[in-house]
Amino acid sequence: MNMLYEPAIHFQQVHFSVNDKMILKSITGSFPKEQITTLVGPSGAGKTTLLKLCNGLLSPSNGHILVDNQPISTYDPTALRRHVGIALQAAPMIAGTVLENLALPRTLQGQKLLQQEAIQYLEDVGLNESFLHQSTNDLSGGQRQKVSIARTLINKSSILLLDEITSALDRQSVQDIEKLIVTINKKYNVTMIWITHNLQQALTIGHYTWVMMNGELVETGKSSLLDAPTNPRVAEFVQGVNK
Amino acid sequence: MTYTALSLTLIFVCIPLLLSKILKLDLEKDTLIATLRSIIQLLAVGYILKFVFDANSYSYILLMVALMIIVATLNARKKGAGIKGITWKIALTLVMIEIITQGVLLGFHIVPATAQYIIPISGMLIGNSMVLSILFLNRFTAEIINHKDQMELILSLGGTPKQAIHRQLINAIKASMIPTIESQKTIGLVQLPGMMSGQIIGGADPIHAVQFQLLIIFALLTTATLSSVMIGFLSYPALFNERMQLLEMK
Repeated sequence: MNMLYEPAIHFQQVHFSVNDKMILKSITGSFPKEQITTLVGPSGAGKTTLLKLCNGLLSPSNGHILVDNQPISTYDPTALRRHVGIALQAAPMIAGTVLENLALPRTLQGQKLLQQEAIQYLEDVGLNESFLHQSTNDLSGGQRQKVSIARTLINKSSILLLDEITSALDRQSVQDIEKLIVTINKKYNVTMIWITHNLQQALTIGHYTWVMMNGELVETGKSSLLDAPTNPRVAEFVQGVNK
Repeated sequence: MTYTALSLTLIFVCIPLLLSKILKLDLEKDTLIATLRSIIQLLAVGYILKFVFDANSYSYILLMVALMIIVATLNARKKGAGIKGITWKIALTLVMIEIITQGVLLGFHIVPATAQYIIPISGMLIGNSMVLSILFLNRFTAEIINHKDQMELILSLGGTPKQAIHRQLINAIKASMIPTIESQKTIGLVQLPGMMSGQIIGGADPIHAVQFQLLIIFALLTTATLSSVMIGFLSYPALFNERMQLLEMK
């Protein structure tokens, strides 16, 4: 990968296995700071596992991960997770209103989220004040994802991990989220690592891309590599997706 | 009651056996085993209790109570097999319950410090704690499996393991305590409690029987709360590692 950029997260020979089953094999690579890097690859490639390693929800079986040039194991887990936020694929919510969910990152630290702040975060993700006291059960898939992203922003994370957040959404919601990702990246200078199955998204929105298969990092580079892949495995994957 | 009269009560075993046969419920073998086991176990306990009561030695009382705790622990731990160290956590809870309840009952001279009182009361309280522990562990395990995403969400937002599991813990504690509280609301209206009925049949004054039943009811509230709260708070740290990661339940 082009190393003109300082890495936000660096993987060095990272392995991850569960019950002797290898999930990630010898991953070495960097995610550039303040850039959007997409993670693409077939299901079961180990993309979600890799994302969870980035914010310490999992730890590598072997190898080293550096976050802002500091070994991940030296971070306090709660501080690391506030620094490296994650929006999970299913956008899980705690039972209650949108406001209660937005306030959750603060509540966990014994602090309060002012209503005015909550409105600001809602507007940042394209929702308005009327959603504030709505039950999260009444939200559509797209709205849930937007609330989930807004909730992650409240921790003011400088790195944001997005796990297939558009996979179950309608076309309009997908476009809204795509715009949102670009806006957040520019407005807050947030490094973003985004798992997507949509290669068009990776090409048009992502600055860089990691192609993963069977737990291996097959290729990394500028997103344009997906346009004309030179690696035969990547070419086969791209061809398969575009069929 | 004579042994002849007792043997006539086996009619109550023949009825389910007959119905099971006719309706092909395939429960004949289990019914027979349950009947035989209850006869052997209760007779054995009867003779042991007679021996212990006659001896009225504290070491025998202690041995009986320890045996109850061991059996209750071994029975309850099956439901929490996925939680590391669950055996000693249940055992410790039961020991604490025994110390607290007997401490109050004997310390304030509410009941005499004799085997005749200590052993049956301990049996009822430990037995109830065992059932409560099973109910709690059943619900707690289900809560963890069903709400793993919510626990992961809280961890991912920078929450601690205690914050991540708080809702699941509270839900499981409440759910396991509800049967005890609900059954106490209708006690005496729907059914007469076993101990009270036994005393009345044995010729005791009904008011005296009610007093002892109330003692047990109040103590059961404590055992119900302590069982689920103690096992819950002792168990949840085993579900996370030192990096505050949620471990897979085995």
